[in-house]
Amino acid sequence: MEKRVTFKGWLLPFLLIAPQIIISGVFFFYPAGQAIWQSLFIPDPFGLSMRYVGLGNFEYLLSDPYYRQSFVTTALFSTLVTLVSMVPALFLAVLADRLLRGAGAYRTLLIWPYAVAPAVAGVLWLFMFNTRVGVISWYLGKLGYDWNHVLNGGEAMGLVVVASSWGRISYNFLFFFAALQAVPRSVIEAAAIDGARFWRRFFTIVLPLLSPTTFFLLVVNIVYAFFETFGVIHTITSGGPQQSTTILVYKVFSDGFVGQDLGSSAAQSVILLVVVGLLTVVQFKVIEKRVHY
Amino acid sequence: MARERTGMVERRGAGLWLTHLGMIAGVLVIFFPIWLAFVASTVTQSEIVRPPMPLWPGDEFLANYSKALLSGVNVPVATMLVNSFVMAMGIAIGKIVISLLSAFAIVYFRFPGRNVFFWLIFLTLMLPVEVRIVPTYEVIAGFGMLNSYSGLIFPLIASATATFLFRQFFLTVPDELAEAARVDGARPMRFFIDILLPMSRTNIAALFVILFIYGWNQYLWPLLITTDPEMNTIVMGIKQMFPSGDDVADWPVIMATSILAMIPPVIVVVSMQKLFVRGLVDSEK
Repeated sequence: MEKRVTFKGWLLPFLLIAPQIIISGVFFFYPAGQAIWQSLFIPDPFGLSMRYVGLGNFEYLLSDPYYRQSFVTTALFSTLVTLVSMVPALFLAVLADRLLRGAGAYRTLLIWPYAVAPAVAGVLWLFMFNTRVGVISWYLGKLGYDWNHVLNGGEAMGLVVVASSWGRISYNFLFFFAALQAVPRSVIEAAAIDGARFWRRFFTIVLPLLSPTTFFLLVVNIVYAFFETFGVIHTITSGGPQQSTTILVYKVFSDGFVGQDLGSSAAQSVILLVVVGLLTVVQFKVIEKRVHY
Repeated sequence: MARERTGMVERRGAGLWLTHLGMIAGVLVIFFPIWLAFVASTVTQSEIVRPPMPLWPGDEFLANYSKALLSGVNVPVATMLVNSFVMAMGIAIGKIVISLLSAFAIVYFRFPGRNVFFWLIFLTLMLPVEVRIVPTYEVIAGFGMLNSYSGLIFPLIASATATFLFRQFFLTVPDELAEAARVDGARPMRFFIDILLPMSRTNIAALFVILFIYGWNQYLWPLLITTDPEMNTIVMGIKQMFPSGDDVADWPVIMATSILAMIPPVIVVVSMQKLFVRGLVDSEK
């Protein structure tokens, strides 16, 4: 789409667009270019010179069992976060949609956790499951279950998944609720007249009508799990135990800043860049679809 | 979204109460972590380290919060709050200003390289700061911007979402307005300030809510570039309050800090709920 009416001159538009272009250039394109460039080199141990290795960093990464493991961890983590944040949200949205009154009040209450930073959410959940003072871990102990996410990789994964999903439930709830409110009443009532019970109506009519929203949220939540959960992982597990919660973004950080392995970290950045690119394309396709519904 | 709700398929009687019960249970479960943090911020350390901790607030509220705000662990939490506020406002305002200007240029002018610029901006949509941390860190270090507000703010305003939002909105503004302004001999900037800006008020406000929270909740970037505790933001500062090694964390103060860290974004979200929902839905479109 283009404007028919435009203003004349070219100096002014250059000045107007300059701040964004300069900031993007300095803090975005240059660093992104650096990442690609650095991924082709290995710095010597003293950081004095760089040795060109072509795609060596990538070859090394792809044969590195830790890096492959990190891919698997990320896939597991993002699948779980997506499920744990979407299913309860949909359930609550369905309940709220059935209410004639009070849905707004519940919405206000449910919106809260969205505002809580992932890193703060991490601290809250860490506190509840802390092996020494945590309330829930203490009660689990009373029930005979010995909770220790510091040693048990599965429990660590469960904890970071729940802590990451918690705030997302609010977000997904808002979208599901809005979509449910937009489902035409007449369709549902027609089904009710035909004798379809609530859950039958839900699975055969409402859920298919929600599919554009569901698909959209699926993509958005995967992007979230990939890139915005660093705070949760860093506060709760720092990637442990034995790297069982080291997702890809966390590995870029730990290899680049903690391990000082710049070539490998840069190569990981480039791989992630490709992943983001693919996800963005999918996201745009989804959004295009969404508009047509 | 007003629609006729005749009640034919809505539940009444027992079903209605079950629905309310389900909602209340959901809200309670969702709220429990926040409640527990609040309780922990009002009791003494010894009540926490001998589990199970109480589930009802104690009377140490003032003591814990004033200790957190005025002395903290490494640095007073009040300082971190100020840093977070400056960062969040800087990111929100900075992004809105540069994107308003560039969207105006892209929509209302034809100039050489316009499409190239458009695609350059579009590309920045794709790469979150988490992915390019090492080289971006080097740029900031090269400029001597470590431990500074500009170092906290600038790398995070290089993103295109806001530009796209304003572009979409400007495209829906009727052409007659620009036509009239041109006939009246108004300069482009007059048109921008007198007509376009007032029309964009709601969009600006909605975007502000989203961007303020985005800026306030940043974690990784402040963690990397603020080595001086005086420059820590509150969201990343909480983790720094945990002792290394086997010492016991000062839980009441840490939990008071967590509560303080969530108050500003929660106030923004709850008080501007309508705008927030709108901004959310818009910015994902």
